[in-house]
Amino acid sequence: MNSSRPPVPLLAWRPLVGILFRQIVLYRRSVPRWMEIFYWPLLDLLVWGFLTLYLKKIPSFMPSAVTSLLGALLLWDLLYRAQQGISVMFLEEIWSKNLIHLLIAPITPFHVVGGAVLSSIVKVLLSSSVAAFLAYLLFSFRIFSLGLHLFFFILALLMMGWALGILTTAVILRYGQEAEVLAWGVIFLFQPFSAVFNPVSVLPQVAADISRAVPASYVFEGMRSVLVQGRLPVGDLMMAFLLDFLYATVALFVYSRVITRARQKGFHLKLGS
Amino acid sequence: MAFGETPEVLLAQEVRKRYTKDGPWAVDGISLDLRRGEVVSIVGPNGAGKSTLIQMMLGLLVPDSGTIRIFGTDMATGRRKVAHRINYASTDLSLPYSLTVRENLMAYALIYNMSNIRERIEKVLVTLNLEPFRDIRVGRLSTGQVARMGIAKALINDPELLFLDEPTATLDPEVSAQLRATLQGMVRDRNMTLLYTSHNMREVERFSDRLYLMNRGRLVAEGTVPALMTRFDTEDLEALFLQMVQRERESDE
Repeated sequence: MNSSRPPVPLLAWRPLVGILFRQIVLYRRSVPRWMEIFYWPLLDLLVWGFLTLYLKKIPSFMPSAVTSLLGALLLWDLLYRAQQGISVMFLEEIWSKNLIHLLIAPITPFHVVGGAVLSSIVKVLLSSSVAAFLAYLLFSFRIFSLGLHLFFFILALLMMGWALGILTTAVILRYGQEAEVLAWGVIFLFQPFSAVFNPVSVLPQVAADISRAVPASYVFEGMRSVLVQGRLPVGDLMMAFLLDFLYATVALFVYSRVITRARQKGFHLKLGS
Repeated sequence: MAFGETPEVLLAQEVRKRYTKDGPWAVDGISLDLRRGEVVSIVGPNGAGKSTLIQMMLGLLVPDSGTIRIFGTDMATGRRKVAHRINYASTDLSLPYSLTVRENLMAYALIYNMSNIRERIEKVLVTLNLEPFRDIRVGRLSTGQVARMGIAKALINDPELLFLDEPTATLDPEVSAQLRATLQGMVRDRNMTLLYTSHNMREVERFSDRLYLMNRGRLVAEGTVPALMTRFDTEDLEALFLQMVQRERESDE
């Protein structure tokens, strides 16, 4: 026994790998979890893909507007998976009565979030790669036609998804499993204001005003702009990142406050029991 | 002993905690200490405040007043500085059922930033007689094996202070005896400190160097088992426990 063993450094990589490792092994063995990654995105892709095939036959529809539906679908799914990746991982810890083990380990609650972000990246990569490949194979839609902009669109959406995931996690931690439904539902609260399948200009004024505060709306507007007009409004993308930064700051602040409050009130100790 | 550390492994001073502003005190002014190489039990009826006290010792809860220091560090503010030197197992907790014994230990060895992970896992598996189950999923283990798995996880970081919450509650007498012998060996050979709770008074009697008796958030007696039995003129710990609880009830009435 070595009592001079130093504390785990704040930026140690092993704890993050430990959290990621658990998630990867959990997914490796679970058919329902694989379905979550591949089944639903595939079904969405088929439904919207067939719709685009139909719309393309209507003469008044612009082909580029039609194909942008598939781009929107792929990017929306990415946002959804990023948010879920964080919240569902947290729920898995609650369901398996494992959360306390993590909270007494020599890591911070931010390591738990960091591990969740890493596992979310793996899941999003897997899910999006398969969906993008199938979109090309079945409907000849090339997501990479968005060029280098695609990288920034993905990054902006991931950041929004992670921020919402952290916020959802904080709410579940505070209010318990009754708030579990948020893990699946919260992102849909943002969907009408994210301009996923329609431009902001068609929204009623109130909805359009709200959408200006949603980072995803700038991404989806940008995507349509690239696909239809071949140019990207850089200012809009900057705005998306600015809002992402704001969302992330709020989410981390709330998460941190909830953890502090939990240590005073003990509501985290009842989770999963 | 590292620089700045106190001789006590754990020192709790006047610790108080309640969950609601005007509610009853779950822990009411408790002071206690643990020294290196000791086996100390905390016993008391359900609702005595044992779990709340241990949760504060682990840094999961912060006391409303008073302090708990482990290796000289205040757990309310510096938990992470000493968390790698302590660990905890409880029958209330579990580990992901779809991971094997080895995978769960691997994850926690990484989370505790251990080096020589494979050797460490093998050592823990041997210590708890879990080698035959290393590649079995936790969900397929028996209740007793799951309990040992929980303790294996708690030993993965080679802790100097180990908290065990009713470690033998789900084990048969033979396995309980084996586990006690294993833990006693670790305490003796590695000078580990062990704090545990149990409702099995015979086990507490045989296993503990000292014990603290709690009731309604307060410490009602402390000392070595023989000293307490002499003081309260009882023949066994169970009689002492019942006598103590009865006295408290009568004094409340």
